[in-house]
Amino acid sequence: MRTSGLYRAVAGSSFRRYATYRVATAAGVFTNTIFGFFMSYTFIALWDQRPDLGGYDQAQALTFAWVGQGLLAATAVIGGGFREELQERIRTGEVSIDLYRPVDLQMWWLSADLGRAVFHLLGRGVVPLAVGALVFELALPTDPLRWLLFCCAVLLALLVSFAINFLVALVAFWLLDGNGLNMVSNLLGMFCSGMVMPLTVFPEQLGTFLQWLPWAALLQVPADVLLGRYSGAGAFAVLLFPLVWAVVLLLLGRAVQAAATRRVVVQGG
Amino acid sequence: MWFRSTLAYRASFLLTTLGHAASSALEFAGILIIFSHVDQLGGFSVGEVALMYATASCSLGLADLFLGNMDQLGARIRDGSVDTMLIRPVPLFAQVAADRFVLRRVGRIIQGVLVLGWAISRLDTTFSPLEYVLLAGVIGCGAVIFGALWALGGAFQFWAQDAAQVQNAVTYGGNRLLQYPPTIYGTELLRGVTYLVPLAFVNWIPLLRLLDRESPLGLPGWVDFLSPLVAVALCVLTAVVWRVGIRTYRSTGS
Repeated sequence: MRTSGLYRAVAGSSFRRYATYRVATAAGVFTNTIFGFFMSYTFIALWDQRPDLGGYDQAQALTFAWVGQGLLAATAVIGGGFREELQERIRTGEVSIDLYRPVDLQMWWLSADLGRAVFHLLGRGVVPLAVGALVFELALPTDPLRWLLFCCAVLLALLVSFAINFLVALVAFWLLDGNGLNMVSNLLGMFCSGMVMPLTVFPEQLGTFLQWLPWAALLQVPADVLLGRYSGAGAFAVLLFPLVWAVVLLLLGRAVQAAATRRVVVQGG
Repeated sequence: MWFRSTLAYRASFLLTTLGHAASSALEFAGILIIFSHVDQLGGFSVGEVALMYATASCSLGLADLFLGNMDQLGARIRDGSVDTMLIRPVPLFAQVAADRFVLRRVGRIIQGVLVLGWAISRLDTTFSPLEYVLLAGVIGCGAVIFGALWALGGAFQFWAQDAAQVQNAVTYGGNRLLQYPPTIYGTELLRGVTYLVPLAFVNWIPLLRLLDRESPLGLPGWVDFLSPLVAVALCVLTAVVWRVGIRTYRSTGS
């Protein structure tokens, strides 16, 4: 009971920490909205010529674009999450203090990252989506159950995103400098999640392959759930996919964490 | 100095240069995926769109190489290190520009040049030598316009302090905008990026002339050659705003 209260407090203070940067949040909303507009015009031009491309009609494709912009900051697809901070603590050795604390490293950062992500969902997620819905004709559902399923999918997306970034951050125990790896990770995230283009629009085999990778859980699955591509039992079944990836990657993160902490040698006194 | 320090870590330099090239290559992959489904986008062929992509990419890459650090200014104002820079006998602008000069950003330029070559090979028309000069001029002017906008955003931080993201919306967002043909966008948006934030002069307007296309806004023909003038005017504006910014700058104290 006491530890769960602690993690809630960590998440809460992380939420408040990001909530203090009001100008930065407003600037982020502005940028996400601008990119949403540019993507929308491209999608309109494309779907005008190819209605039903990738199994979406135009309104669904536009919804996909705006949901992507809304989730971009929360899932930290192109950075901006906790990863750089943890890497810096590993590089400077401050992580030894974190390891000395009577809390679990992974759970600590997971709580902090969830706090950040929920703030970014509210701060940089809702507003761009609302602007998109006002200006363009989106295919947003009216069924509350589908929104509930979407929220579950988003929550799982946050878990998968954390698990990937945690693994990437831990590599700093071996590499020290994470810049190159971060860049590769951001590229994979951007491309394989569907942020550039829905994965169903990709060349067939590549698209099918990418839909099995964990990044698909970050946007492709939540967007498809919201658009109602899966109905009835299928909607629950599709949530199994991000759930399995989240569990696998989080367990892998624990294993790497155990291996990494055995390496830590605290210098000085 | 930053030039040599970057080259000291050869492996890391190569990796991050490749990373920069790859990150812009993915944007191009998006364009190629679109053209795997259609022959034309907004009435433009894949070669023509690639030409827009490549010129925007080269211009942004050049501006980023020299002035990309302008978005650090807000952070420097917040932590007070601008004060140190102000008392040095070198203009602040030169210091911010040269600070942490990152050579790896040539990755984007190299990738842009490669796509440029591919785009020209895919076009139906062959360019005359004069038109090649014009093309180089487009990239040069575009780089100056992007650079001026970047510096203008930097100067804006003297007041806003924490708005690097807005700057990115204009530069990286502008780059994303200009990679696609103007015909797919709404008229209001086109007016905005012609008269308000003159991004259209980076590549759209002169390229429409090179490709023998009508201006979607119906602008007269002589406007096609205004890019250098727009670039100079933006530089003057930036210089003025920068100076006012420094004069009104108050240190964060401590």
